[in-house]
Amino acid sequence: MSEPDIARLSGVTHRYGSVVALEEVDLEVRRGEVLAVLGPNGAGKTTAIHLLLGSLPVQIGRATVFGQRPDAPGVRARRGAMLQISGVPDTLTVGEHIDLFRAYYPAPVPASDLLAMAGIEGLEGRRFGKLSGGQKQRVMFALALCGDPQLVFLDEPTAGLDVEVRRGLWEEIRRHRDSGRTTVLTTHYLEEADALADRIVVLHRGRVIAEGAPSTIKSRTAARRVRCVTRVTVDAVASVPGVVRSETRGQHLEVLTSRPEALIRDLFDRDPDLHDLTVVGAGLEEAFLALTRESDEPEPVA
Amino acid sequence: MTAARRAHRARIYALEAWYQFLMVLREPAFAIPTLLFPLIFYLFFGVVLGAGSFSVAAPTYMLATYSVFGVMGPSLFGFGAGLAMERDSGVLLLKRTTPMPAAAYLLAKVAMAIAFGAAVVLGIFLLGAHGAGVVLYRWQWFALAGVVLAGVIPFCALGLAVGAWSRGRAAVAITNLVFLPMAMLSGLWIPITIFPAALQDVANALPAYHQAQLALKIIDMDGGQTTLLHISVLGVQSLALLAVAAFGFRRAGTGAVSIRPGGTS
Repeated sequence: MSEPDIARLSGVTHRYGSVVALEEVDLEVRRGEVLAVLGPNGAGKTTAIHLLLGSLPVQIGRATVFGQRPDAPGVRARRGAMLQISGVPDTLTVGEHIDLFRAYYPAPVPASDLLAMAGIEGLEGRRFGKLSGGQKQRVMFALALCGDPQLVFLDEPTAGLDVEVRRGLWEEIRRHRDSGRTTVLTTHYLEEADALADRIVVLHRGRVIAEGAPSTIKSRTAARRVRCVTRVTVDAVASVPGVVRSETRGQHLEVLTSRPEALIRDLFDRDPDLHDLTVVGAGLEEAFLALTRESDEPEPVA
Repeated sequence: MTAARRAHRARIYALEAWYQFLMVLREPAFAIPTLLFPLIFYLFFGVVLGAGSFSVAAPTYMLATYSVFGVMGPSLFGFGAGLAMERDSGVLLLKRTTPMPAAAYLLAKVAMAIAFGAAVVLGIFLLGAHGAGVVLYRWQWFALAGVVLAGVIPFCALGLAVGAWSRGRAAVAITNLVFLPMAMLSGLWIPITIFPAALQDVANALPAYHQAQLALKIIDMDGGQTTLLHISVLGVQSLALLAVAAFGFRRAGTGAVSIRPGGTS
């Protein structure tokens, strides 16, 4: 029996009261890949994960995992999850939590392997409440892997961790990826999606606005903010290829663009006296804005 | 195959119960009030004050009612406060994504309540027999223990209803607001016969009152209502509370609330 895709959302719309969390989302998880669902807070990433976990009921559309309903008993045994939760009870030790979660699955991974996979050897006797934030996340990662799952959901696995701890956890996730399993990861760090994923789906305000290999997404989100004092007007630069947004701020012209080189060449052509020029990388929010703009006015992008 | 699967399921139930027990045993905020309070109260009111009185009637009466009190604590707190906090922390949500049967989680809490309740009852019996000179027939000791421990059914149902409708820290406060006044108004600390008539009427509406009356029947110290009445009231109340709990869970889910708007997404 072949499964073309391991998990899928088809035409899914989800509302919390009057707030739309997901709107006509199609999401496909392919066998063996690491899929990153990237988006700012409130984009609908966690809602998508919980629909695939069966912990939220599907309102409109369809969710399937291994070709079945997401909450089917057979699905639960082949899937693992690391959720955005404050953790497991403080008073039990790491080893005890692992022992309990292993018992839920028919063919669990040996405890010693789990400790090694999550990089928490030597902590099995420590109570969960006594661990650092990074160690806790590693334990939650180990719990997600207890059942030797074919499909793993990691919902913002490194949220709230400092950079060094985050990179440490990436190592564990990367090693897990190399074992050939399928992983779905949500994150609002482009860097994290780039470091770990084979494919990225960008979610913004409940819609899929881009999808592709990390290099593609990176080039499309690589917006720069160009700032200078010039005679050239806002309207004149608006038609330059790659420009997402242009405005005047005081004496300065400020332009958000995905192709800064083309813009600057154009600016110097029109105004050789241009001065006070700066080019800075735009934040992720602006990068998303660039993508949203593209998704509103489709144009071919390399 | 089915035998292996049954063994696998049995192991989940056993481990879930064992770790539930360990977890609360290591939680002083739970273990101290539920284990020590009934024992200390009985030691003070039943043994120390009771032994100075002219008869052993008071220590004998309190032996039954403090045992009911002792079973009520772990049942109410395990479900009321424990469940609400596990739902808030998200661990319940995480467990529901695993193949763990929901019944294993609920029965683990019932088993924990029985284990803690039995420990308290044993302690009170030892204090009563050796400290206060309470004398009962052997069958009465066993019957009393059995009746008192059966109280986990209505009390766990009550705790489940509280846990289903309240959140986190508030659940601890609400559980205490149910626990202590109900204990007093049901005559678990002092006989309700000394209460004004209006308060005695209130007692008739409380599961702890009927549970205590069943226990007192064993030692011929009950108020004279029929066993059938007490059992019927407890049965109906337990079912009603379970329905209230089920409705609460349907409304609030098992912890997906954190992804509502305003939370992280």
